[in-house]
Amino acid sequence: MTLLVVVALSACHRENRYFEAPPGTDVAPTQVAMSSLVAGQSSAQFREQQRKEYEENAYHLSEGKRLFTSFNCTGCHAHGGGGSGPALMDDRWIYGGEIDQIYLTIVQGRPNGMPAFGGKIPPQQIWQLAAYVRSLGGHGPKAARPSRDDHIQIPAEQGRRDEELNTAPAQTD
Amino acid sequence: MISYRRRGWYCAAAYLSLAAWMPPAVASPPQPPPSAAPAEDGNWVMPGKNFASTRFSGLDELNVRNVGNLRVEFTFSTGVLRGHESAPIVRGDTMFLITPYPNHVYALDLSQPGAHLKWRYDPKPAAAAQGIACCDVVNRGLTVAGDSVYLATLDGQAIALDAGTGKERWRKQLGNMNKGETVTMAPFVAAGKVLVGNSGGEYGVRGWVIALDAKTGEESWRAYSTGPDAEVLIGPRFAPFYEGDRGKDLGVRTWPPEAWKMGGGTMWGWVSYDPDLQLIYHGTANPGPWNAEQRPGDNKWTGGIFARDVATGEARWFHQAVPHDLYDYDAINEIVLLDMQFNGQPRKVLVRPERNGYMYIIDRTTGEVLAADAYSNVNSIKSIDLKTGRPIDNPDKHPQLGKVVRDICPAAPGAKDWNPSAYSPVTGLLYVPHLNLCMNFESVEANYIAGTPYVGANVTMHAGPGGNRGEMLAWDVVQRKPAWKIAEDLPLWSGALATAGNLVFYGTLDGVFKAVDATTGEVKWQFQTGSGIVGQPVTYRGPDGRQYVAVLSGVGGWSGAIVAGDLDARDPTAALGFANAMSDLPQKTAKGGMLYVFAVPR
Repeated sequence: MTLLVVVALSACHRENRYFEAPPGTDVAPTQVAMSSLVAGQSSAQFREQQRKEYEENAYHLSEGKRLFTSFNCTGCHAHGGGGSGPALMDDRWIYGGEIDQIYLTIVQGRPNGMPAFGGKIPPQQIWQLAAYVRSLGGHGPKAARPSRDDHIQIPAEQGRRDEELNTAPAQTD
Repeated sequence: MISYRRRGWYCAAAYLSLAAWMPPAVASPPQPPPSAAPAEDGNWVMPGKNFASTRFSGLDELNVRNVGNLRVEFTFSTGVLRGHESAPIVRGDTMFLITPYPNHVYALDLSQPGAHLKWRYDPKPAAAAQGIACCDVVNRGLTVAGDSVYLATLDGQAIALDAGTGKERWRKQLGNMNKGETVTMAPFVAAGKVLVGNSGGEYGVRGWVIALDAKTGEESWRAYSTGPDAEVLIGPRFAPFYEGDRGKDLGVRTWPPEAWKMGGGTMWGWVSYDPDLQLIYHGTANPGPWNAEQRPGDNKWTGGIFARDVATGEARWFHQAVPHDLYDYDAINEIVLLDMQFNGQPRKVLVRPERNGYMYIIDRTTGEVLAADAYSNVNSIKSIDLKTGRPIDNPDKHPQLGKVVRDICPAAPGAKDWNPSAYSPVTGLLYVPHLNLCMNFESVEANYIAGTPYVGANVTMHAGPGGNRGEMLAWDVVQRKPAWKIAEDLPLWSGALATAGNLVFYGTLDGVFKAVDATTGEVKWQFQTGSGIVGQPVTYRGPDGRQYVAVLSGVGGWSGAIVAGDLDARDPTAALGFANAMSDLPQKTAKGGMLYVFAVPR
C-alpha cells in the first residue's frame, strides 16, 4: 500500500521547465561522429545526459515541434514522412540517429541537401528540435511525446481502398 | 493477292471518292503551323518533337496491325535511381540521354547493333541542390540544335556540348541555390537562343526565364515573372487581351509590399515557338507561398502564359489562368500550337490542358480565351468567364488559415501536371495523360528563410471520384469533348506519344509501357519495364531504316517520390501530401533507371 501511494505521488510530480538551461545542457556536442563505427573510445555520457534532459521532457518536445514548423523543416521532411528530405519517422538514418548526431546535422547541414542552420538557431532550440526529431520515430517516453496532429488526417472513407480500384482496361464513352 | 501498289491505288481512289462525297462541314482536323512542325525527318531532336509541341511522329511503319510484334531491341542502364522524366533525344545515328541528378549525359551509337556508348559527360552539379528540389531531383530532357547538345543541371547551370564528342562548349551558372533556385526543365532552343527557366516555387524564389546565345552562352535577355515592368520586359508593345492585365507595374502592385521578391512564378515547364509570329509561349508557375492569405492580390504574373518576342524577350500578351492561385495550380504545362476554324473563322490558337482542370483554346496572336472546358473532375473552379478570362471560384473550397478544407478537386498537382500530351493531326485528338486526385488543404503560416521551403500548407491527397487516380484522355479539340478515356489505377506521370501509325504510347507508375489505338483507345500492346515510367516516350527512324520507340523507365517525380525517396506514408503529408495517395506504390514498383528501345523484328 505504501508503495502504491509513493508510486501514485511520484506520478504527480510535474516536470521542471528550465527556461534557462541547466549548466552544460545547452552546449554543442564535441566528439560526435556521423558513424556509429568509432575508432577508440566514444563518449556516451554526454549523449545520455542530453537524452535525459531533452527527450524525457514534454516541454522541450513541444517546443521542438513548434520550431520544426517555424524553421520550415516540415517543407522537406513533412511531419516525419519526408519529401525532398528523408523520412524521419522510420528507422533509417543516413547521418546518425542519436540526439547529438541530429544536433550536428542541423548545425552543419549535410552534403546532399540539408541546409546548415549553425549560427541561426540557439543551441537549446537545436536540442529541442533534435529531441522532437527523435520522438517522430518513437524514441523517448511516450508520456512526454507530443501527440500527432489529428486535424489533417483524412477520414477513412476518403482514403483509397484497394478493393475499390478500377483496373478495367480501355473503356470508351 | 493484291499488291501494295494496287492497294495504295485503291485506297487513294477510295479516299478521293469519300472526299468528294463528304459534306464540306467535315473539315480536316486542326493542323500545327507548318513552320513550327516541319515534315517528318525520322529524328526527335527536342522533347516536344517540334516547335508546336505536338509530340507526333509522321512515321507509320509501326501501326495498329503490327504493334503486337514490338520487341525490346536494346536497353541501357543509366546508373541513377531517381525519377527519369526526360525524353530520349535522337538525331541521325546518335541517341542522347540525360539522367536525373547528377545529370549524366550519354550518347549512344545507333549505327551498330547494341547501341554502344559513344561518349559520356558528367556536369558534376552541386550535391546540395538536391535539398531544394521540391519534387524529386528530376530533369525533363536535352535538346539538340545545330551541332550542340543543350542541357540544364539541377544546381542551375546551362551547358552546351559538342554533339559529336561530348566536349563542353560553354557553361553558365544561372540559378542561385542559396535562394532556393534549381533548374529541372529541358532547355528550349529557337531562333539562335537557348531558353532556360528556374524551379523553386516552393522555396520563395522569384521566377525567371533567361535567353542565352546558343553559340556563346552569352545572356541575351532575362524576364522575371514578378516585379517592375522593366524587369518583366513589359513595354509599349505589351497588349494583353483582358482589362485586368493592363496597368503599370502590376507585378509589384498586385502583391503586398516586397512579397513579389519571393513570389514564385517560376518557369520549369514547356515552351513553344511560332516562327511566323516570332513569338515564344511559356507558362509561369504558382505564386508562393501556397498559403494565399499571405499574398492578397492577383499576384501577377504568376499562374499564366506569356507570349514574348523571341529576339528581345518583350512581352506581347499575358493570360492569367489562376489569378491569386489558391491551390498550387502552376501554369507550366505544354502549349500545343494549332491552326483551326473557330466559330467559322480561321484562328491561330494554342491549346493547353491547364493544371486547373480546364482545356484552354487561346488565340495565340492576341491572348483571347476562345474556349475553356473542364476535362477532369473539378470542384474548385465553377467555370471560366470568357469575358474576363478569369476562373469563377467555388468559395466553399477557399482555403482558410488554420482550417482544413476537405476534398478540393483537383489536388495540388492539378488535373494534369507537367507530363506532356501529344496531338495527332490525323485524328484531331489531343492525348492527355493526367491525374484524378483531390486533396484536403490546411493553410498554415509560412516563414521565409532563404534556401528553405516557403509553402505554408499541410496537404493530403486522395483518389478523385471513381477511385481511379489517373486517366488517359483523348480530347477532341474541335468538338471540345472526350473521344475516349482509359481509367488508370495509378496517377499518370508519363508523357504521351502519338504516331501516324494511329498509335498512342504512354507508361504507368508501375512500369507498364502501353500502345493504344489512337482512334478507339483499345490497348494493342504492352510491356512490363523494370520500374515505374515517368518519362516521355519518343519514336524515330534508326540508321537501319526501321522505326523504333524509346522510353526511360525509372520511378520518381512528385508522384513517385514515395519510392524514389523512401518516404514513409504513415505521415499523410509526406511529399507535400502526394504520399497519402501513393501508399501502395512501394508494393508495386522499385527504383531503377533504364532505357528501353523497341522495334518490330525484321
